[in-house]
Amino acid sequence: MNKKLGRQTVKFTNGVNILSYASIAGQKEGEGPLAKYYDKVLEDAEWGEETWEKTESKMQKTAVARAAEKSAVEIKDIEYLFAGDLLNQCISSTFGLRDFGVPFLGVYGACSTMAETLGLASVMIDGGFADMTAAVTSSHFCTAERQYRFPLEYGGQRPPTAQWTVTGSGAAILSKNGDGPYVTHFTAGRIIDAGVSDANNMGAAMAPAAADTLSAHFRDTERIPQDYDLILTGDLGKIGKSIAIDMLCEEGFDMTENYNDCGLMVFDIDKQDMHSGGSGCGCGAITLCGYIMDMFRAKKIKNLLFVGTGALLSPTSTMQGESIPCIAHAVAISADGE
Amino acid sequence: MKYKVTEYLDYVDKKSPNSPIWKDVLIAFVVGGAICTVGQVFSEIYKNVLGLDEESVKTAVPITMVFLGALFTGLNLYNKLAKHAGAGTLVPITGFANAIVSPAMEFKREGWVLGLAAKMFTIAGPVLVYGINSSIILGLVFYLIQKL
Amino acid sequence: MQYFNAFWVGGVICAIAQILIDKTKMTPARILVSFVVAGVILGMLGLYEPIVDYAGAGATVPIIGFGNTLAKGVMKGVSEKGFIGIFTGGTAAAAGGIAASIFFGFVMAIIFKPKQK
Repeated sequence: MNKKLGRQTVKFTNGVNILSYASIAGQKEGEGPLAKYYDKVLEDAEWGEETWEKTESKMQKTAVARAAEKSAVEIKDIEYLFAGDLLNQCISSTFGLRDFGVPFLGVYGACSTMAETLGLASVMIDGGFADMTAAVTSSHFCTAERQYRFPLEYGGQRPPTAQWTVTGSGAAILSKNGDGPYVTHFTAGRIIDAGVSDANNMGAAMAPAAADTLSAHFRDTERIPQDYDLILTGDLGKIGKSIAIDMLCEEGFDMTENYNDCGLMVFDIDKQDMHSGGSGCGCGAITLCGYIMDMFRAKKIKNLLFVGTGALLSPTSTMQGESIPCIAHAVAISADGE
Repeated sequence: MKYKVTEYLDYVDKKSPNSPIWKDVLIAFVVGGAICTVGQVFSEIYKNVLGLDEESVKTAVPITMVFLGALFTGLNLYNKLAKHAGAGTLVPITGFANAIVSPAMEFKREGWVLGLAAKMFTIAGPVLVYGINSSIILGLVFYLIQKL
Repeated sequence: MQYFNAFWVGGVICAIAQILIDKTKMTPARILVSFVVAGVILGMLGLYEPIVDYAGAGATVPIIGFGNTLAKGVMKGVSEKGFIGIFTGGTAAAAGGIAASIFFGFVMAIIFKPKQK
């Protein structure tokens, strides 16, 4: 039996349950509209650690531990851990998760990591290779800023297209057993480079990748946007979201009604002065593993298409003037497994 | 991709809001002007109250402004002002101090030598490199003109 | 009056930089580098000194003034010391600002910790 649909999508047929989830959010995120859905909101940027890198690692570790605790699972029962983050060589994940002693598969998908790890962790379960897997990712404003941009105290001005890296970590534990919600499809994205090289306009760079993956998903599954209660992109922000809507409209898909972007949900954009919105691995992760999964629990959402969007640039490529290749991965989640 | 790169970039340009240029320029003007006025206040004090000679005043004022820029950076205030003032805080010499202090503070965690000391010049270094080099080149030109 | 001149001239110099940032997407580091080089050239041509006389700190506090100091220094160095002045003149004139930046930068980095915005 071939589980592959079309060119880019796999369909899970054996029931991949999202058993548990947890989210750890930063201080600013805790002042945002989704605050009450996070498992923990940090009081400051450090969380008692001496470096922000350590803080980010601690966030990942805590997110996994909290998710396990919530469903009374022991860490050792997790057979494979898929994780990634934005820092060089993914140190937040490796340093944060090293004490767990769980087989670890590091993933780099920039800000698309939550969707990518979730998809891969689901493949493991559906393929019958594991009974329980976990997916986790994180980002931290301070660590990302010092790696990709300028020191925090540097007096720079952010253009209106800039996005704000979310401080947060989200983890999900998947299991063969349970009663949903289920991960039903995983559409792996292609690398799309639209030629944008302005690192202050990530939304515009990533939107074509999101549109490409979304139309691939609809084509492969023979679905339309209206089949979902909600379509959610990871961190396109204001500009990226509007471009994605335009692009899908050209492909004949109407996304105007049930589409939103985590970057616009995680902050009160105007009040918190966030310019084009939130970004980073944590942006999609804490929204999905907080508010969205709670909505599934409350039966307010039945079908979701979550599209993680990532900009695959590095400080080196930016300095060398390269354009920004981008990627988007889509994961369909459904309350009843349809 | 259905779009050509140039077409897409034009389209992105149209979609993206521009920086509010008149507001930006006005704030830069006011804040930049205010910082220079502070410099002028010190200049008058050094000249009239402390009675320094003109050459000393010309050195003492930048040193004072550098100190203030460094202090306000340390106090986490300079970046807050700069967020609104843009070039108004960048162009005065206080902005040069900010460019030195901010990476030094931040990379202290990577050690005293290769962290703090080495990173100190990541942003400000180029100013010295091009400033001093252009002065040397023009000095050479000036020297040759004098000889001829 | 001197304060008013310092204010508006300093303000205009910053405003020009802001227009460049918003219109050309020049990075702040490039603005600083261009302004310092512009200061050296203007200083060499003797075009900046009248502005300094008119506006005082309004002309010396912006980074262009640093370039002007380098230029004036190197010319003085060449006049007084000849060839060796090419290398010593500029830096000697700007030594106060450079040494202060390095020293205060170091001190502040020791005292303070960066904070999230």
